[in-house]
Amino acid sequence: MPVQTRSLKARGEALSSAAEQVRLLQSGGGFPRFEETLARASLDPLGATGIAVFQINVGKLCNQTCRHCHVDAGPDRTESMSRETAEMCMAALARSDIPTVDITGGAPELNPSFRYLVVESRRLGRHVMDRCNLSVLLLPAQADLAAFLAGHAVEIVASLPSVAPSQTDAQRGAGVFGKSIAALRVLNDLGYGREGSGLVLNLVTNPVGAFLPPSQESQEEHFRSRLARDHGVVFNRLYTITNMPISRFLEFLLESGNYEGYMRRLVDAFNPAAARSVMCRSMLSVGWDGRLYDCDFNQMLELALGPGVPAHVRDFDPASLGARRIVTGNHCYGCTAGAGSSCGGTTT
Amino acid sequence: MDTYYHPKDLAHFADLGKGNPALWEKFQAYYGAVFAPGALTEREKSLIALAVAHAVQCPYCIDAYTQASLEKGSNIEEMTEAVHVACAIRGGASLVHGVQMRNAATKISM
Repeated sequence: MPVQTRSLKARGEALSSAAEQVRLLQSGGGFPRFEETLARASLDPLGATGIAVFQINVGKLCNQTCRHCHVDAGPDRTESMSRETAEMCMAALARSDIPTVDITGGAPELNPSFRYLVVESRRLGRHVMDRCNLSVLLLPAQADLAAFLAGHAVEIVASLPSVAPSQTDAQRGAGVFGKSIAALRVLNDLGYGREGSGLVLNLVTNPVGAFLPPSQESQEEHFRSRLARDHGVVFNRLYTITNMPISRFLEFLLESGNYEGYMRRLVDAFNPAAARSVMCRSMLSVGWDGRLYDCDFNQMLELALGPGVPAHVRDFDPASLGARRIVTGNHCYGCTAGAGSSCGGTTT
Repeated sequence: MDTYYHPKDLAHFADLGKGNPALWEKFQAYYGAVFAPGALTEREKSLIALAVAHAVQCPYCIDAYTQASLEKGSNIEEMTEAVHVACAIRGGASLVHGVQMRNAATKISM
């Protein structure tokens, strides 16, 4: 199967439609509906327990075209948060005591308002996380980015699927492993990942294929020893994240004949303990256009929040949003399989 | 086409328990204990199992421990090396019997 370097949208694929993805995921295939599985675990309806993380997805522009991307991001995407919407996000944040701001994309750093969001969130005393693809740090136009992030004590959560160059490049594009290591060295040189620096560098690994992630603990040990031995790179924590059966990973599953097997694997591995701790219960996701969602995955599937709560960040209300009912679908098996999966790794 | 091995049969492995549940349960308990983390990690044990699967040429085991090795965090390079270890031992085992051949030949030769 050829590695695509353009987004589903740019290629005019049917799967670029969120509605088509939802139709496919909900069309049965012999799998129990996620809500039925939740009910059997006495967890339906799933409710939010507050908002600990304010996740802002600033858009779909990215300098990479990873094969598993749930955003369908890439260099050909133009959706991008405006300054006006970014200001609405910060006004909403100021009206709350949410401790953490998690900025994602695309490559979030390519949004013109990224640095404004960082500076303003820090001014409000919030912890800021940047979902970084690493290679963006090497772009000539971003030469001062790493120092900027360090200067504002931004926690970096960086993607590195494998310590094997071939696997990383297979998922994230040719040459990405080498660029990732170069960027990690830049971050280490600034103090990121080093004890006592206060600069946190966490890595994220997604399986390079249609299988579940390994134990987070054992994989962290493996990455730590291999990256130190082979590249002299250090980091703080490693998060294992399950690939969600949506967007470009869904395309891979369908084209490689792995869709049914992967969905069966997720369904069979449903873990009630993981479901009880899914990230949507304690986070709110803001889209590039200001619309609100339960999580980044619901955002990409355009599954709006349930009734009775604000739908847009301009109407942000922490009390009602922190007690909302979560909208679910069969893609949610991805977060509830095995040890569970969230933007912060396993949930159990 | 009918074949002796069917990939879907792997899912019916537990049917063996129907013939003798007591022995099946003992095997399961032993199997589970063998693959639990111990002096070796689960990842290392999966790689050993993958190599052995190739040595005994069990297609079900190859399928199962290819997936298990990936899910325990191994990569293709490591898994390929494990298969080479199995290959080296299989090949070496044949070759070392060559000493027996040489001994036998020496005995009956002038």
